[in-house]
Amino acid sequence: MRDIDSKKITETVARLCQEANFYLGEDVLDSLKQVMDKEEAPLGRQVLEQILENASIAAKEKIPLCQDTGITVVYLWLGQDAHIVGGDLYDAVQEGVRQGYRQGYLRNSIVTRPFSARVNTNDNTPAMIHAEIVSGDNLRIVVMPKGEGSENTSRLTMLNPADGRQGVIDFVVRTVEEAGSDPCPPVIVGLGIGGTTGRVMILAKMALLRKVGEPNPDPEVAELEREILERVNRLGIGPQGFGGSTTALAVHAAVIPCHMSALPVAVNMQCHAARYKEAVL
Amino acid sequence: MDIISPFDPQVIEKLRAGDQVSITGVIYTARDAAHRRLVEAMDCGEELPFDIHGQTIYYTAPSTAKPGQVIGAAGPTTSGRMDAYSPRLIAAGLKGMIGKGSRSREVKDAIKKHKAIYFAAIGGAGALIARSIKNAEVVGYKDLGAEAIMRLEVENFHAIVINDAHGGDLFEEGMAKYQKELK
Repeated sequence: MRDIDSKKITETVARLCQEANFYLGEDVLDSLKQVMDKEEAPLGRQVLEQILENASIAAKEKIPLCQDTGITVVYLWLGQDAHIVGGDLYDAVQEGVRQGYRQGYLRNSIVTRPFSARVNTNDNTPAMIHAEIVSGDNLRIVVMPKGEGSENTSRLTMLNPADGRQGVIDFVVRTVEEAGSDPCPPVIVGLGIGGTTGRVMILAKMALLRKVGEPNPDPEVAELEREILERVNRLGIGPQGFGGSTTALAVHAAVIPCHMSALPVAVNMQCHAARYKEAVL
Repeated sequence: MDIISPFDPQVIEKLRAGDQVSITGVIYTARDAAHRRLVEAMDCGEELPFDIHGQTIYYTAPSTAKPGQVIGAAGPTTSGRMDAYSPRLIAAGLKGMIGKGSRSREVKDAIKKHKAIYFAAIGGAGALIARSIKNAEVVGYKDLGAEAIMRLEVENFHAIVINDAHGGDLFEEGMAKYQKELK
């Protein structure tokens, strides 16, 4: 057993909330630079340039890349030999979000009663926490501020097994096409295949945590990603939807088994401000 | 092209989808909750927090300003969420809208009919865009926090014409231009 202080968790989450919103990941920056040379549309290249300039201003001035500092998604991988002391784990995470958003002058975007009153909670809580128990005695934390422009264009479907591989491709391409300019392209497409309705979207969201453009280690899944990316980039939507050859930077698919009667597919869209930061305690 | 806001009707007439503009002058922020209130106020015949006639609304809710800053990050939000309200505001005299993403048929028709214009700013470039905002003051619905209506003074605010007063649509034209057949 190894003790982990809940105060340390709060401090870490508060720091990660700010770092994720100020500093775009090197993999995203590299990917944006790479597509700049390939983008066919002059206006599209200008947009990519401005996105990179924006990232450099945000990092230098420690201000958010985007005013939508997101709904805070927090992933926890808690080692089964770790012991949280000094308070409740989830409370510690929520307190970290509260402090991080205040300290970093991040926008509070969460409202209660989504279907009616929609009153701002004024501290960006509650964060959406996904926790898994794993082996070891560490706590790995990932904070992902998820912008709603892209989140709103995400879709889930339960295909017929007969729809097969082509059905999956068609659904993803149609989802990106219908999203058009709304999710702030170039996007990263998180794709979940398998499991159940609930699990498949979490799978799609967690697929976004892979380094941009790093293919799935399974060659069959990697080939599927490659084919979908090519199809998506033939749509012509382009950076910000102004027309161009870069609609997506990458497709990240994750696949798990499912019921013999099912073919669950989820697309979790991620804007170019693909923000997350992690720490291990 | 450099343009002054509020826009001269002749300038709107000249602009075409795909034109890049640099806006200097006054614009107002409003998004979901503020739009709902504006339309409710119009329904009740109440006075609006600002006279929308001839003005431009920027769909944004900036992040909190740090001490010494005019405004926090201030990029555009998805315009489609305002589609339910925009035709009403355009009919009442609103001339310009700045946001990101595509508009509904109804909004595009209202833009054409009333000679208005819709621009996109670069979504996700909130830190960069904030540099062109020189003054920001809450002028209505303060209780809405980030969603309150603000009067912004902007200098060289970069935007691209999406829907012009003649029915042009950059999203449709741009996509058609770069779309490729399947192999």
